[in-house]
Amino acid sequence: MCGIAGLIHRGGRSNVGMEMTSMLQALKHRGPDSTGFAVYGPPNPGDYVMRIKVAERDDVDRGHGILDRIAGRITELESRLEHSNARIKTKETVTPYALRYVINHEGETEAMAKYVEEIEGVEILSLGNGLELIKDLGDAGEVANTYNLDEFDGTHAIGHTRMATESDVDIRSAHPYWAFPYNDVSVVHNGQITNYWIMRRQMEQKGHRFMSNCDSELLAVYTAHNLTNGVTLEDSLRSSIDEIDGVFTYLVATRDQLGMAKDTMAAKPLVLYESDSLIAMASEEVAIRAILPEEIDTYDPYDEEVRVWQA
Amino acid sequence: MAGMSDVDLQAMSQEERAKTLGMTTEQLTGRSLFVEFDADAEERFTYPWAADVDYNKRFELDTDELSSTQVNAKMRALMEEGYGTIVIKNPRGKHGLGVGILSRLNLIYEGSLGYFAVGLIDGPNVRINGRVGWSCAENMMAGTVIIEKNAGSTFGAAIRGGDLVCRGSVGSRTGIDMKGGTIIVGGDTGALSGFMMQRGRMIVCGNAGKNLGDSMYDGNIFIGGEIKSLGVDAVTAELTDIDKSWLRRKLSLYEMLPEKGVDHFTKVVAGKQLWNYDNLEPSEKKIIL
Repeated sequence: MCGIAGLIHRGGRSNVGMEMTSMLQALKHRGPDSTGFAVYGPPNPGDYVMRIKVAERDDVDRGHGILDRIAGRITELESRLEHSNARIKTKETVTPYALRYVINHEGETEAMAKYVEEIEGVEILSLGNGLELIKDLGDAGEVANTYNLDEFDGTHAIGHTRMATESDVDIRSAHPYWAFPYNDVSVVHNGQITNYWIMRRQMEQKGHRFMSNCDSELLAVYTAHNLTNGVTLEDSLRSSIDEIDGVFTYLVATRDQLGMAKDTMAAKPLVLYESDSLIAMASEEVAIRAILPEEIDTYDPYDEEVRVWQA
Repeated sequence: MAGMSDVDLQAMSQEERAKTLGMTTEQLTGRSLFVEFDADAEERFTYPWAADVDYNKRFELDTDELSSTQVNAKMRALMEEGYGTIVIKNPRGKHGLGVGILSRLNLIYEGSLGYFAVGLIDGPNVRINGRVGWSCAENMMAGTVIIEKNAGSTFGAAIRGGDLVCRGSVGSRTGIDMKGGTIIVGGDTGALSGFMMQRGRMIVCGNAGKNLGDSMYDGNIFIGGEIKSLGVDAVTAELTDIDKSWLRRKLSLYEMLPEKGVDHFTKVVAGKQLWNYDNLEPSEKKIIL
């Protein structure tokens, strides 16, 4: 089933970490397997926040000698960052398998990201000036507590509660997906993509990498491909309705935008609230009510509807 | 059910009671469906276990801290105590509120509801001063439900009777599989509205999305605005004087009659040209018609 949520403050900032936690906690019944957040803080030109995973949680719980291997991976990771002319400004070990780096790097980051991800067991969850992508097993409250999201000040966020259907219950299959290597772009999705393998092969032939077998990752790669080729977010969302088969509603966030698209059958839910200062959307109204208890007007976007909002 | 008292009925299991009351007489035999009626049955307009409520006895229930299950249980307890008017405060988009009410009741929600609101009801009058999520009033048998704002998709799915009214716009697949009753929408409706409709009437004062009335068997759909496209086997038909009279009366009842009247409405019915429509066994055709 899965639950998705998004919010964007127009021309202002708020505690989007806490707001998204409340929304996703209200959607817990739609997906208890994992929870993910893509939160956007104020952009910091020149500095990049890199959220990185060096093992799966299950590996840490069960793997023999895994902590030694993780230590080795981190040493190699930091060495590769140095060789890529990235200067580590801060390092935070959030869990034994998840780290947060703030790095200073000039120029393109794609080569650095690919070099880092060549390390076995290492996956960059997000890289960007404003984006921080956090995902883990458990409900929103647990994940937010572990990753100290309650005080995240920012402009917008998207989130996801996952009910695993066609792929594993692990962090690599959790949403949101970072649109590698396009900095600051993330995607959450509710639905099933039926031409996943055809589209995936097309994208792989164009040089894009996939880190999981989850169909939702295709939307992130598809969006990254379009944005890299100069397509606007709105046009990318529109073309996806024609090119991607299946039933889906998905949200895309960039450094300063939030967009949504709904498939041609309108088979997956989304409820939308829009005011001059805040836009909030979720699979169910109960999530919006979690942050806006007062009586408000909401509506369901129709089939093939595409919207993009600016922060 | 000559000679059967309410006490006897209440002592039965739910299955026995349903069969005794003639509510479960359908038996599937092969591909045919037979419905048998007991000619000796007394007329019965209420369920024997329905609470005897007084509309003038009113209760306001603040549901802010209650779960859906707790709210529904509390409502049933209030009806047992004879409360005939219940006002629900702070529903906050909770799912499944007010389902399965099988007796008369004035039910007022001060706020918005989530999925499956007031589904499976048979008799109450409901007013929702807010919005509803997906599948509002699914399988409704009788009564009235009025929503003051917008509604989500599959609004009035499979309803069999009563009036279901949304003053705002509704999502996709409105009235899917409806088997009776009336759905009235003040605004627009989404794609595939009236999909597999079998009976009943749907009025949409605004526009309709694509594939309107797709694969409908019977029933009437009236659209006041534009139709993006008709579905398979859905065709437009003449809006008769009887249709206009009925539209005026029905819309006036809920103060939703457009200023320009109803002459501009488009009527959509089943073309009955589906490949298998005339290939059904006689007994199946009887049920469908």
